[in-house]
Amino acid sequence: MSEIEFLNWVRGPGFQIAVIIFIAGVIIRFAEILLLGRKTNLAEAKGSEMGGGMRTIVTRSVPDKSTLKRSAFTIVAGYIFHIGLFVTIFLFAPHILLFKDLIGFGWPSVPTPVVDAMAVVSIIALLAILVHRMRDNVLRFITTKEDYVVWLLTILPLITGYMAFHRIGMTAPTLLAIHILTVELLLVVFPFTKLMHAFTLVFARWYNGAISGYRGVES
Amino acid sequence: MSASLEKGINALKEQVDSSVAAFFSSCVHCGMCADACLFYTETGDPSRMPINKAEPLRRIWRAEYTLLGRVGKMFGMTAKVDDKLLSEWETLVYDSCTLCGRCSMVCPVGNDIALLIRKTREGMAAAGHAPAGLIGATKRSVTIGSPMGVKLPALMAQISHVEKDTGMKIPVDVEGAEYMLLLSSMEIMNFPEFIEAIAKIFDKAGASWTISSEAFEATNSGIQIGVADIAKVLVQRVVDAAEKLKVKTVISPECGHAYMAIRWEGPNLVGKPFGFKVRHILEILDEFRQDGRLKISGKEDQRITYHDPCQISRRGGVIDQPRNLINMFSDNFVEMPDAGKMNWCCGAGGGVSSNERADEIRLKVFQRKKDQLDEIKPDAIVSACSNCRIHLEDGLEEYNMDIPLMSLTETLAEHLAD
Repeated sequence: MSEIEFLNWVRGPGFQIAVIIFIAGVIIRFAEILLLGRKTNLAEAKGSEMGGGMRTIVTRSVPDKSTLKRSAFTIVAGYIFHIGLFVTIFLFAPHILLFKDLIGFGWPSVPTPVVDAMAVVSIIALLAILVHRMRDNVLRFITTKEDYVVWLLTILPLITGYMAFHRIGMTAPTLLAIHILTVELLLVVFPFTKLMHAFTLVFARWYNGAISGYRGVES
Repeated sequence: MSASLEKGINALKEQVDSSVAAFFSSCVHCGMCADACLFYTETGDPSRMPINKAEPLRRIWRAEYTLLGRVGKMFGMTAKVDDKLLSEWETLVYDSCTLCGRCSMVCPVGNDIALLIRKTREGMAAAGHAPAGLIGATKRSVTIGSPMGVKLPALMAQISHVEKDTGMKIPVDVEGAEYMLLLSSMEIMNFPEFIEAIAKIFDKAGASWTISSEAFEATNSGIQIGVADIAKVLVQRVVDAAEKLKVKTVISPECGHAYMAIRWEGPNLVGKPFGFKVRHILEILDEFRQDGRLKISGKEDQRITYHDPCQISRRGGVIDQPRNLINMFSDNFVEMPDAGKMNWCCGAGGGVSSNERADEIRLKVFQRKKDQLDEIKPDAIVSACSNCRIHLEDGLEEYNMDIPLMSLTETLAEHLAD
């Protein structure tokens, strides 16, 4: 397979397969969760489930002071790489063109040097997170193989994207093809790993907030 | 598979609902719950981190309720729940967790981890992996009517003492009273002053109340050990008594899990809404305050702090009321760091105090409370849970701290104007 054929495959059939698995997988996971249902609470309410749930979806993004102090590294490094991922995935001009192609509309991009810098910062943050995961007592205890696989599949598109943009080491089509392939790998494993938290945290936070809100506590 | 293990697994399956699935799907192994849990922060033992305690429930969810888990199960690749796992987890689930719910407040993806652990207990208990102390307390609750084995004659004896001391009549089985008071065994045996305080306050407030001879016990071991069927029986006793006496409101006393049991889990356990209200004593007292039915004379100027019992504050929603009440009789109320919904547990709730095996660890993790107290150096601590109170006394003694501990209700009664 020539490098152009490779590029065409990852852009064409490969991409389609990955997107189909991603979408089908996410739908299956949503169904698995939501179809289980939840019993109606029969205790006299003191506050609103909906209000509490919606509030916690938002407020849980901001840690309280004492938690920020105790879990400072996890929170700061976590924030950095999540923002970095968001910017590099959704606000990079070529990516927006792709989204426009796929879903029919686009949005403003941020300047390329900013995206470039964010990619580097994210890579550094993810590397620091890996070191932290391997050295911290609690994290070492709870880490599974899946955590390492997911870490690798998250950092790969960043690294390959950076390499493709700066044409490091290989020809442009090969670099681009490898970048797209790493994204496809991420899409395929997404629904079946902890990456799903990107969607399910909305449910989790809602349930948490609803349970507390019903009792008149802001969680 | 042994019959008891099968029962345990079925009990765990019954606990899985959409919230459980959303929680486990969202965990990213970030480790932040460890930093929120005094059983980790004070011991440094990573296995005591909150989310790890729910591992048996997670395995059942994964194996039975996810596509990948079910496929993996066919090939023997999905982790199983067996007796070995459950016996290893027993000390984590019962000795190293008070169900205080602080982890549920910090989890960045929003997992109610305490709920997951509470649900895990249902499976552990069904499979026969609950601590002997809690099993004993639960048995006594069912057969005798109280986890400490307190029978009606003991209560009546305490009541007649109180009546003699105060010259007031303690109403028992008065039909049509507005309020029916529940008591914890701890209050009946160790703190009968609580009954005296209620008598004084309700008399001054002009409120009619009663104790039921058929259901006076507020605590619910079924909730702590995690056996819903037993918890239901204990709640039903209270429901029957409240309906028989036609009271409008049942009052949960100064006890954390008793409030959780009757106020929030009760109607769900018996399967229908109550025909009466359930309120914590602090809510009632604060209502009296708002209605101007409490007259206070003189204010304390010593530094008073309030220890928030987890099930009353964070898990129960009674947070402002104690502060309103304390400010009635105190000029010098100081909050501990993290007070209110983020307060640290005393270390002995959720059945830990009934479990002798956990005596050492509960005193060890009291270090967290000590650190909180050291920051503000109060002259006195007020709280509203007899279980917290007993354990705080133990802890203060263990750490050579000389700080008096008071019940909020009792302290308020002492400050009533004549």
